[in-house]
Amino acid sequence: MRSFTYERPSTPAEAAAAVAAKPNAKFIAGGTNLLDLMKLQIETPAHLVDVNGLNLDTVEPTPEGGLRIGALVRNTDLAADARVRRDYGVLSRALLAGASGQLRNKATTAGNLLQRTRCPYFYDTAQACNKRQPGSGCPALDGVSRQLAVIGGSDACIATHPGDMAVAMRVLDATVETVDAAGAARKIPVAEFHRLPGDTPEADTTLRPGELITAVTLPKPVAGTHIYRKVRDRASYAYALVSVAAILGKDGRGHVAFGGVAPRPWRVEAAEADLPKGAKAVTDRVFAGAKPTEDNAYKLKLAERTLTAALTQARA
Amino acid sequence: MKFDTPAGQNPIDRLTVVGKPTDRIDGKFKTTGTAAYAYERHDVVPNQAYGYALGAGIAKGRVRRIDTEAAKRAPGVLAIVTTLDTPKLGLGKMNVASLFGGDQVQHYHQAIAVVVAETFEQARAASFLVSVDYAPEAGKFDLAAEAKAAKPVEGSSGEGSGGGAEDRHGDFEGAFAEAPVTLDQTYTTPDESHAMMEPHATIAAWDGDRLTLWTSNQMIAWTHESIAKILGIPKENVRIDSPYIGGGFGGKLFVRSDAVLAALGAKAAGRPVKLALTRPLVINNTTHRPATIQNIRIGATRDGHITAIAHVSTSGNLQDGKPETAVDQTKLLYAGANRLTAMRLAHLDLPEGNSMRAPGEAPGLMALELAMDEMAETLGLDPVEFRIRNDTQVDPGKPERPFSHRDFVGCLKRGAEAFGWDKRNPKPGQVRDGQWRVGLGMAAGFRNNLLMKSGARVRLDRTGTVTVETDMTDVGTGSYTIIAQTAAEMMGVPLDRVVVRLGDSAYPVSAGSGGQFGANNATSGVYAACVKLREGVAQRLGINSADAVFEDGQVRSGNRAVPLGEAASAGELSAEDSIEYGDLSKKQQQSTFAGHFVEVGVDVDTAEVRVRRMLAVCAAGRILNPKSARSQVIGGMTMGVGAALMEELAVDAKRGFFANHDLAGYEVPVHADIPHQEVIFLDEVDPQSSPMKAKGVGELGICGVGAAVANAIYNATGVRVRDYPITLDKLLARMPDAA
Repeated sequence: MRSFTYERPSTPAEAAAAVAAKPNAKFIAGGTNLLDLMKLQIETPAHLVDVNGLNLDTVEPTPEGGLRIGALVRNTDLAADARVRRDYGVLSRALLAGASGQLRNKATTAGNLLQRTRCPYFYDTAQACNKRQPGSGCPALDGVSRQLAVIGGSDACIATHPGDMAVAMRVLDATVETVDAAGAARKIPVAEFHRLPGDTPEADTTLRPGELITAVTLPKPVAGTHIYRKVRDRASYAYALVSVAAILGKDGRGHVAFGGVAPRPWRVEAAEADLPKGAKAVTDRVFAGAKPTEDNAYKLKLAERTLTAALTQARA
Repeated sequence: MKFDTPAGQNPIDRLTVVGKPTDRIDGKFKTTGTAAYAYERHDVVPNQAYGYALGAGIAKGRVRRIDTEAAKRAPGVLAIVTTLDTPKLGLGKMNVASLFGGDQVQHYHQAIAVVVAETFEQARAASFLVSVDYAPEAGKFDLAAEAKAAKPVEGSSGEGSGGGAEDRHGDFEGAFAEAPVTLDQTYTTPDESHAMMEPHATIAAWDGDRLTLWTSNQMIAWTHESIAKILGIPKENVRIDSPYIGGGFGGKLFVRSDAVLAALGAKAAGRPVKLALTRPLVINNTTHRPATIQNIRIGATRDGHITAIAHVSTSGNLQDGKPETAVDQTKLLYAGANRLTAMRLAHLDLPEGNSMRAPGEAPGLMALELAMDEMAETLGLDPVEFRIRNDTQVDPGKPERPFSHRDFVGCLKRGAEAFGWDKRNPKPGQVRDGQWRVGLGMAAGFRNNLLMKSGARVRLDRTGTVTVETDMTDVGTGSYTIIAQTAAEMMGVPLDRVVVRLGDSAYPVSAGSGGQFGANNATSGVYAACVKLREGVAQRLGINSADAVFEDGQVRSGNRAVPLGEAASAGELSAEDSIEYGDLSKKQQQSTFAGHFVEVGVDVDTAEVRVRRMLAVCAAGRILNPKSARSQVIGGMTMGVGAALMEELAVDAKRGFFANHDLAGYEVPVHADIPHQEVIFLDEVDPQSSPMKAKGVGELGICGVGAAVANAIYNATGVRVRDYPITLDKLLARMPDAA
């Protein structure tokens, strides 16, 4: 970890201004990912702006009948919120499928969206990695890639977004609210929040420098069975090989997003019309153009079968 | 004490303390955080500085230049020692790769520098300022690709198993060709990491030319001698202290770079230095269980009697490394007149392969016991019955040599009954429970019993307190407790009158911890010392030692009863002795046996595997402490589930390293993966083994478990996977339809 300076502003606009004002400054909330990355010098911020005191930690109803989740609402609290459990079960389940109880107590809603990939080459500073060190190369392409993306990647990067919460947010059509250094607010649909790597895999999201997430809003609830099915190599405390976030009716109609397969939660809305035809019809369209490696080609079959499991559950 | 005739009746047979399920006497220290592990020995020496180890960023080649200028100027930095400043150091016992010194890089993350600073954070931060210029060379990293060039090799695991490059009895090829029913299959096991909780860690302090290492090590005497050799100093000038160890599993049998770098860093800084390896260095800098490719051929009569059996294992290692001795159990487990076992070794430039819990048998049985399941199915025999039919009471290669005690059949029968094996549907893929396909599998467990010289000192003071000192280690196994139980039984005192001190090179040399040889040998050494102390006590009290009864804190002879402590009223009594073994184990084969039974569920859609029930029935001589022995066995069973389902060091075959080098990438079972585990110990003694009549048990728990899981998955799904770990991607494509 490199030495850094630290401050605790008192308003979101001040926080955004503080990060914009200094080169190589970052926000810190729960720190569950950033601190690890700093210890390994994968992230080397010179200045940290602690946003924990910004009072962004409440869940409020919106006039549209949805929920506005403060950026600092802890994963544990969000998963346990009675309204979330009642109306957005997929979100509660996704949160509880992630990390461990201790980490969920610290991790925040905004921070969860910003967690970085778990690609092994990103984590080994002796190795090349275009995301960590732009232009250095991507060993994952011909290296160990069992966990990595089958779709949405590029010749520069096949890292996945490792999270669960964002996959549920995607199927819920959530919106990320931000404020920038000038105090201007912006709304980013979660579908547009995470970037595909292209030639610039170093940028995970479409946030601008200094832009601070203040909340995530959910539209009014969607009826149906809320399912989050996370498939992994062990029963707990592991990243998804494939996950399915779905809201499904008994007739199979509904919405579905996939995790663990791409640099961002992966959803193809147009394919959802095929849900009543069964999983394969949907995954054939969702994963059209997939470019798996030899190591991770199984994810295509797994995605189909995991969706089958979700459909079976919804019909039961 | 020479043990060269089978044990007769002795004070241990009273079983007033030994054999009782006893809480570990060090438990309260561990649960209250007062058992200080190597890195936490804050009070042993003042002014400790922090060392941080740097590993090579290439897998093979040469270090051309190391620039430490910026790092030396970083805040808090006291010293930096690089491999280029240091001549190539000698190897310690069982070391294959050099631990430090010289410009050659033999494997990824081989140590190339140590940074010493006032704080850990400063040392780590400064390490990132060290810039290294390498001359990389091409290496060999892919076992499957190099297997063709593998050469026949003899070798020993150093922990009991081993043999010639090729061992033959009878005419395997002839008998196999003639056998009416045959199997010829190849199985693979991956590289695995010990993944012990406590990483390798050492505090080193110099006092003039005398060095003390507070470290975490399974084998004090080996380490004592090795560190002196590596650093080129007299052994008398070195002290090793390792009273608590947070797991070793064979990864701490020998000196590793933490000890060497702490010592060199301390010398350079003129301060005591503490250093722990990071998890990536535990994985790529130290040792691992090497991957294997195992071919098994079995020929049998139609009624299921094995007539020919061959097991050929190929593994890889660095130059001068040893093979994984995966064929060893196949020499002894089943009958059959015509036998062939062989080992081949391929040169690889991956990190060093070496011992990990039950080296040889653990991966060997993953293959053999899967093959036995396949063969049973081909023969139309129940897998339990097939094994019973091929039991042998003699070493099948040397029929004049019986087993000292072998109740393998008892393990299988008891296990089958307790587990409800008769309810298993022999046809695979038939049983459903909601979303799960359910299957039952079983496998044999087998591991040899090893006899090693082991010494102890026992002291008696006037209060009647007995203190045992031996360099035996407690790697979390319960050594403290069984040693206390042994001394309490021998001296006739309650457990709380015994103090046990372990892990210090100042104490008599013991067997140490490894190869499941610790418990039986170390307690036998304590037994020997106690026999001598009893003689000393009798002499002081003027009692004929043959008449003396040590009981209830008293020494009784005829009508006379004297408190034990009285023997030390004129001064402490001390006795030291070792157990040494004759040739009993050569005349008779000493082994331990188990039957492992597993029920799994496999998700009908996703092929996720979850273990639902587990049972191990163990025949391992006298069980000294059924509670800590059970903990050892269930720990082994847990590790076996990991090996079967998830543990794999992922080789980057292009860059030559294990890419998933942390505990997020290298997955071991979590609590949610492990169901209720049942362990049954058969009530037996083996007087051929030692005065304790005990045998090893700590590694028996893992031996065979992986295959039992694999066989249960097959029974659940009808999908046979011969390539461990059995992750869902290997099942998915062949899974039957969910409907």
